[in-house]
Amino acid sequence: MNEAIFAQVRQIAADTFELPVEQITLESSPETLEGWDSLRHVNLMLALEQTFNMEILPEEMEEILSIEAIVTLLQEKLLAMA
Amino acid sequence: MAHITLRTEIDQFITAGEAAKASTLLTELWQQNPGPAQAAFVVSRFEQLRPKLNLISSRIAILRSFTVEPLVPVLRAAAMVNGLDLTVQVGDFNAYAQEILDQNSRLYHFRPDILLLAVQTRDVTPNLWHNFTGLSSDQVTNAIRQVVNDFRELVEAFRRGSQAHVILHMLEIPGSPSKGILDAQCETGQIEAIRQINRELIHLAKEYPGVYLLDYDALIARHGRVSWHDERKWLTMRLPIASTCLIHLVNEWLRFIHPLTGKICKALVTDLDNTLWGGVIGEDGMQGLKLGAEYSGAAYRAIQQVMFDLYQRGIILAVCSKNNSAEAMEVIEKHPDMLLGPHHFAALRINWGDKAQNLREIAAELNIGLDAMAFVDDNPVERQWIRDQLPEVTVIDLPDDPIACAQTLRDSPVFERLNVSVEDSQRGRYYAEQRMRSELQQGTASLEKFYYSLQMEVDIAEVTPETIARVAQLTQKTNQFNLTTRRYTEQQIADMAADPAWRVYSARVCDRFGDNGLVGVAITRRQGLLCQIDTFLLSCRVIGRTVETAFLSALTRQAQIEGAQRLVGWFLPTSKNAPARDFYSRHGFSCVEEQNGQSRWEFDLSRAEIAMPDWIKCNILISEGLFQ
Repeated sequence: MNEAIFAQVRQIAADTFELPVEQITLESSPETLEGWDSLRHVNLMLALEQTFNMEILPEEMEEILSIEAIVTLLQEKLLAMA
Repeated sequence: MAHITLRTEIDQFITAGEAAKASTLLTELWQQNPGPAQAAFVVSRFEQLRPKLNLISSRIAILRSFTVEPLVPVLRAAAMVNGLDLTVQVGDFNAYAQEILDQNSRLYHFRPDILLLAVQTRDVTPNLWHNFTGLSSDQVTNAIRQVVNDFRELVEAFRRGSQAHVILHMLEIPGSPSKGILDAQCETGQIEAIRQINRELIHLAKEYPGVYLLDYDALIARHGRVSWHDERKWLTMRLPIASTCLIHLVNEWLRFIHPLTGKICKALVTDLDNTLWGGVIGEDGMQGLKLGAEYSGAAYRAIQQVMFDLYQRGIILAVCSKNNSAEAMEVIEKHPDMLLGPHHFAALRINWGDKAQNLREIAAELNIGLDAMAFVDDNPVERQWIRDQLPEVTVIDLPDDPIACAQTLRDSPVFERLNVSVEDSQRGRYYAEQRMRSELQQGTASLEKFYYSLQMEVDIAEVTPETIARVAQLTQKTNQFNLTTRRYTEQQIADMAADPAWRVYSARVCDRFGDNGLVGVAITRRQGLLCQIDTFLLSCRVIGRTVETAFLSALTRQAQIEGAQRLVGWFLPTSKNAPARDFYSRHGFSCVEEQNGQSRWEFDLSRAEIAMPDWIKCNILISEGLFQ
């Protein structure tokens, strides 16, 4: 679990869903966060793409429906890029 | 991570109530990394600061054929950084035609100031885009005609329900035309068909005032067609633009929104050393400066080229530099590779004083507000100082690399204009000549001698179809030497000109420094033996040179020719027209009525006349036949 990536994802998620950072946990998902609708999910994905300078594929977007899943995917992709 | 610290600082300033500092840091944060990643944060913090900042509000309706929702926070963030507070309404997906045609739709209830029609070729004309090889040449011609007609119907329908400005995306060409390289070999290729639509759109926009075209293809080309388009996102979420390019579309929209909301700068104040040329004149001497056609002087030459282009667009140029004036002026006057010369600069402050104070003086000298000024300087300390001292001034951050500076200047939206009149394109010159005139005035002993030395010529004429736009513009914009401050549209001016009881006169002034252009308007109305002066105004460019006396003298002569016996005029005070207050009393009118500061003045034409100043040659270009 990469803490630096988690911190960045947390911040971006907090901005996107307009919530305080503390409310974003590894377990957060569209079910637990009210602001996490399909439109904001797209905004979140675009923000992550810009921040981490990578492309998230449509099939990946459909799967990463929790903060933990997002962090795991980003870790894998960054490792593959390195 | 630098931006995390910056974010903490921003929140601390917001908590402490320091809106200006928080706003500066938000701008810095945005400029470091503009786009979706920071948009939500920047918008949410600006919303907290909004009551304390002086933002210009505007309502934008975006009608579209593709997904634009993720662009909205980016647009709002970029706008806030630029001093604009946008309320955005997005139309339903690919429902732009219905929403415009239905006069009862959400679009009209929203009452937008600006309508942005964001469409792309594949949606507007799927046949030309996907199925081009299957079309006969007649079918292509029909498809072109249909697209143009569709746009025309939409613009006409929209104008029936709204006077809002319209920004229309022109059509982009495909990166790979369906006929391959054959497409370029024939006159009826796919790319040519799309270009033809765009040419027709230019004609269309000319017919409808307030309709402006965004060259979407040029925008895509500028950033690279291959990296712009994201096929996967297009197919899955109907967003055709890569996440890294969203900011470019937003910035292009802003280039239109700035002039449409009046968030523009009239003047650009520039530093000299390492801005207009490479090196420091005081240390390197004229020979040692970098300026010319070769590397690295070419970078500075390119900056001067941008400024020259802005000058041609009507932006006033001025200099503010810490230098010995004589040394710096020698470069401006004599360096063989200077593209800009003394005659391009309306004001010069070359001294060792505080730049904030110098900028205040330049604003006063040019008679413009600090909020109408932009400032460029290679020195970040000076830029920060101006930001702190004069937050109204637009400070442009030049990159450290001189090669990149010209582009930064070109990208600044505050210099964008949607139309440039002949007067606009001459403005820089007028102001520079004005500076030389006042330098002459300081060297001339008596005022009368000064007037003679100007060699002024005034042409008085009735309004014509060619001058009607400028005459209306002067009634709308002139505040200081304006006796009644009545604002008229072009249509109203045309109606008055056509009415036999009314006369609309214009005055053009030339002198030894050049042509000042059309700078005066008078509108009179005959009522029996009375001639009423409805409007009398002069641009501040020519105030204080007795042009008003010449204009009034010509006017009275015309009134006499037409048989009037008395002139009647009003002075209606505003917060700005004090310079015109004593106009009638100075010219021998008597005050016959006064109430709440408003006064009515009369002049008996049978007893006296208003003399033409000896130092002005006045040409009355009015055919007597008109007044039968």
